[in-house]
Amino acid sequence: MFILSEQPLTPDELASRLADARTGAIVTFEGHVRNHHQGKKVTRLDYEAYEPLAVKEGRRILEEAYEAFDILAARCVHRVGRLEVGEPAIWIGVSAGHRRAAFQACQFVIDEIKRRVPIWKKEHYADGSSTWVNCAEKMRTVAR
Amino acid sequence: MHLEDRPRHPPSGAATQKEITVMYFAVFRELAGLDEETVSTTSVTPRDLYGELKQRYPFHLSVESLRVAVNDELAEWDVRLEDQDIVAFLAPVAGG
Repeated sequence: MFILSEQPLTPDELASRLADARTGAIVTFEGHVRNHHQGKKVTRLDYEAYEPLAVKEGRRILEEAYEAFDILAARCVHRVGRLEVGEPAIWIGVSAGHRRAAFQACQFVIDEIKRRVPIWKKEHYADGSSTWVNCAEKMRTVAR
Repeated sequence: MHLEDRPRHPPSGAATQKEITVMYFAVFRELAGLDEETVSTTSVTPRDLYGELKQRYPFHLSVESLRVAVNDELAEWDVRLEDQDIVAFLAPVAGG
């Protein structure tokens, strides 16, 4: 399962649905909005997605995890929209019979999502400026 | 027909007029001031189309730093565009 959500994530509820009787290990990852980036104070983030392709690519990544690692379930929810500092932006959960596969698969999923999925992040800073992360740092726009 | 079956390096000859819907996301959306538009173009490939739109909008990112999607699937820059295609230029991503 890979979905985008405009609502706040519910990590406990998502994790509770992962396990079944075959599960020996569950590994979860949460990416949070932190209050700093490259020395600047971040006040909030906007996440924007090209939804049909983001879901396709996210699902492909999870399928690749199923093929590469001996896991039982791999699920991901990614926020879109406005997030405040401290909010979780992404939740990934992996269950497996054994912990090594769960750890490795979870790392694989977050690494691939960060590399491939068409989701973009606009950081807003305390000085009123903002920038689209990775899109040439010199392209700064004044907050509207 | 799957996108990967489309011919690249299309045969020479007069390029045909096509209606292409371009979707703009993130930094492109801000620079174009639009979520999407339909352009009437003779651009043969996404690479050509991006070059054409760079003349219209202050798109600062080079093709080398981008990916392109056609009809909701990642595509090569030199596939042949067809009438009614939907194209999106993908700036460097920052999910997760």
